[in-house]
Amino acid sequence: MNLTTTLPIIAPASAEIFLAISGLILLMAGLFINKNTLKIISYSTIAILLVTATLVLIQSENALAFQALFISDSFARFIKVLIIIGVIFSIIMSFDYLKRSENNLFEYPILILFATLGMMLMVSSNNLILLYMSMELQSIALYVLATIQRNTLKSTEAGLKYFVLGAFSSGILLYGCSIIYGFTGTTSFNGIATVVSTSRSTSVGLIIGLIFLFSGLAFKVSIVPFHMWAPDVYEGAPTPVTALFTLAPKIAALALFLRVMLDPFRDLLISWQPLIVFLSIASVLVGGLAAIMQTNIKRLIAYSSIAHMGYSLIGLASGNETGVTGILMYLTTYTFTSIGIFSFILCMRRNDSPVENISDLTGLSDTHPMMALALMIFMLSMSGIPPLAGFFGKWFVFISAIDAGLYVLATIGILSSVISAFYYLRIIKIMYFEKAAQPLDAIRDKKLQLTLCGSAMIIVFFFFAITPVYNTAISSSILGFNLS
Amino acid sequence: MAITINHYLIVAAILFTLGIFGIFLNRKNVIIILMSIELMLLAVNINFIAFSTQFGDLVGQVFALLVLTVAAAEAAVGLAILVVFFRNRGSISVDDINLMKG
Repeated sequence: MNLTTTLPIIAPASAEIFLAISGLILLMAGLFINKNTLKIISYSTIAILLVTATLVLIQSENALAFQALFISDSFARFIKVLIIIGVIFSIIMSFDYLKRSENNLFEYPILILFATLGMMLMVSSNNLILLYMSMELQSIALYVLATIQRNTLKSTEAGLKYFVLGAFSSGILLYGCSIIYGFTGTTSFNGIATVVSTSRSTSVGLIIGLIFLFSGLAFKVSIVPFHMWAPDVYEGAPTPVTALFTLAPKIAALALFLRVMLDPFRDLLISWQPLIVFLSIASVLVGGLAAIMQTNIKRLIAYSSIAHMGYSLIGLASGNETGVTGILMYLTTYTFTSIGIFSFILCMRRNDSPVENISDLTGLSDTHPMMALALMIFMLSMSGIPPLAGFFGKWFVFISAIDAGLYVLATIGILSSVISAFYYLRIIKIMYFEKAAQPLDAIRDKKLQLTLCGSAMIIVFFFFAITPVYNTAISSSILGFNLS
Repeated sequence: MAITINHYLIVAAILFTLGIFGIFLNRKNVIIILMSIELMLLAVNINFIAFSTQFGDLVGQVFALLVLTVAAAEAAVGLAILVVFFRNRGSISVDDINLMKG
């Protein structure tokens, strides 16, 4: 037997293989390092992620690996780089928090690393088997992360809720996978695409399977009506973990959603488009209206991220390359704004203990004018005021909806972004026009100062980088889906 | 009466529905929720094996084996989370998971 034909092609997956092996090595190393374990492991994790990002970036052509289970295309690479940026920032943000907490667990960065591996595989999956396995790798690591403060009731309750609903949604997704396999006879995306495009009439079974798969994915992206776990988990989980939840898994799940809908099921566009339109309208409205009533800033961010996922789905509803470009732009701006907001939330402390209520921000402009300015920038960017970063994300998504003739969807999207501007502006009002009762502590941690200022700068000056980012997004969305 | 693939699919669908109802109708115990999740995954396995035999295609059986592995890992993590929750709350009743209201 010829050896070269039996060995699988693995080169396109080099970044993931590197990440997996390094994670195992770190896990071993953590046992033998006695002093400063958490610090050493955290810095090594950041270094490993940077190398992984380099390995992702040096690949330039679309390729398949592992008998076409794994696909590496420019779309996947764009999303992977975004995910790695989000993860690195969330590790940098968590240094201060972990230093203060009693249980000094070196597993924390390693769990993040394995979750990242799962997310990168999700983005690259080209087969229902890899889709399920990578999603579970990601989810199981995240269940543990939500529970990482194991001696507080809040964190363990958040972990339990996340676990039950996450496992339930995986079950739903898997049932969908089994039905799709039953009605197409294959688990590979290309095979499914061939069956879908060649059969003259669509079978009801395939549609049922698609709906199950769809619901499972919607759970992971947390869009209405599958969003009820998100606010509780966001509030209960430790703040750096919440930051990670907002940044990376949402982006990975949305990318997977895009690939499943636009690659194997593209020819069923007419069947699933109304569903996506409905879900995105529901998400932007529910996310916007429910956020108005929140008093806890982490819950508010949870609802606002539900609304943001709704806006991104507008791009998917368009079902064309412009829509994908819009989503990539949206996710880029969303990443940087979320990094900023969470470094701000981690800075909110009074008498050396963390506070999370919106009322704690009263009169921030008098006591800490720079912090207030930074939060104002993030809030204005979230509500989409030009020329800040958030505006461009919304702009490209709405443009794609208008291109696809979805005028009602675009109108409702714009109206609801006016509604959501209300609660973003309310926070600015609380900071600038109300008298302070007790001032917050000054920011002592240098790393948090750095992420806060850095993300504020990126959001303000995103305008100058718009052309290169947009061109990369265009090339990532055109090449992405045409590899068979 | 010959047993066809439809019979397998109906059994799997019934088990799956039982699993879903077990999660949502049960108000007593979180362990029952964990059992219901396992039931859902096993129902899916019946589906995969039935289809795999029908097509004479091995992929379904490979998938079923992987699902079994993942189900084991998930049960381990789920029980561990339940243990730490019990240490803090002193109860594993579903009604007691109520610190945060969504």
